[in-house]
Amino acid sequence: MDIVDTFFNTEVLLRTWPMLMKGLWITLQLGVLSIIAGLALGLGLALLRLYAAKPVQWLTRVYIDIFRSIPLLVLLIVVYYALPFLGLRLSPFASAMTALTMVSGAYAAEIFRAGIQAVPNGQFEASAALGMNYRRTMADVILPQAVKIVIPPLTNNSINVIKDTALASVVAMPDLLKQATQAQALAANPSPLIGAAIIYVVILWPLVAYVSRLERRFGGGNGR
Amino acid sequence: MSSFISIRNLRKSYGAFEALKGINLDIDKGEVVCVIGPSGSGKSTLIRCINRLEDFSAGSEIRVDNIPVKAGRSLAKVRAEVGMVFQNFNLFPHLSVRENIMLAPRRVRGTPRAEAGVLADRLLTRVGIAEQADKYPSQLSGGQQQRVAIARALAMEPQVMLFDEPTSALDPEMVGEVLDVMRDLASTGVTMVVVTHEMGFASQVADRVIFMDGGEIIETGSPQQVLSAPQELRTQSFLSAVLNH
Repeated sequence: MDIVDTFFNTEVLLRTWPMLMKGLWITLQLGVLSIIAGLALGLGLALLRLYAAKPVQWLTRVYIDIFRSIPLLVLLIVVYYALPFLGLRLSPFASAMTALTMVSGAYAAEIFRAGIQAVPNGQFEASAALGMNYRRTMADVILPQAVKIVIPPLTNNSINVIKDTALASVVAMPDLLKQATQAQALAANPSPLIGAAIIYVVILWPLVAYVSRLERRFGGGNGR
Repeated sequence: MSSFISIRNLRKSYGAFEALKGINLDIDKGEVVCVIGPSGSGKSTLIRCINRLEDFSAGSEIRVDNIPVKAGRSLAKVRAEVGMVFQNFNLFPHLSVRENIMLAPRRVRGTPRAEAGVLADRLLTRVGIAEQADKYPSQLSGGQQQRVAIARALAMEPQVMLFDEPTSALDPEMVGEVLDVMRDLASTGVTMVVVTHEMGFASQVADRVIFMDGGEIIETGSPQQVLSAPQELRTQSFLSAVLNH
């Protein structure tokens, strides 16, 4: 058997393609839902971290630091295998989404915080002097400016979330990687794994390129 | 009758440094007051306390139109009556010039969008840059930006306008256009408190000039008294330093 038959076996790839597509669909669902939930959690945490009462700020910081330190795989195993002992049994999908959201939310929080802090203090002062309250100031003045700053790092974070969905295969989630390894076992040929690798790259490459472009565009000055 | 802005025993410290050492000041409705003094004298801190952008020490009291300036509900009322123009303009860079002016009337007063747009265009005409309404702040010169900032503050129809060194960040050739707008504003009866280094403006427009140094009011009086015949030694040396540079 030569290398083409082993790793790029089109016959095997075609036969296992439906399995890979099923896995891809689950990977995308898990990835997108975790990204959205992580962004919402991150924004909430960032606002608490910056503006809540001192003890809440401190707790938020502890949360952010812990979930940035813990390996995602460890957290995933804790959520899936340990929580049932406390009476909380989550499905593989819910476990994976919980773990991904908790971690990506912690990273997103730090990104939002940096973005909000990058908005000059004069913007807060001008809003206050005009009589605008905190909520309006955030919604109309600060966040629209912060968003521009945080889009490139948040996109990077989202790329990481989608890549990390592959870890969900350890809790028996039939995601793209899990389907690929099963297809590999069934076909006794690793071509489905190569297929999965190519699919990951095809999905994520445009996002990676998009970030590079944004970073180049926003790199200099504050022009619109 | 009590004064329109009343400041009693105003103290403010940054750690061990006392920026304001017990200021007492009364300003009448419609009065134009210019505050001069060396940098670090506390003059900016003083006017930033009037709308409480700066916190001040307990025991100090400021009232604007008899409303106490303190944290809480009354502060929103005070800030709605007090407009402010900053040294660095602080325009909202993500909004067009017209939207900059419309934002506070819409969000604070609930003015309908169309009405706020008409108001914005009228104010832009008044400050002489109606044709720039659809541009973004970064596309304007410094002088134009500061005129937009004045229009933005006026959109809330304030009784008092605070100016914190409004021309200090401008190229020299743009100072005049901003001072012209301020001069025009002074003639409409708005109460104005202006921290400035523009002695010409102070002498022509102010009803009263206040000289501050070291966190205290050293001398106060008509422009002629303070600028032409200062009684205090510190006022004299400050004026000779600025006028003979």
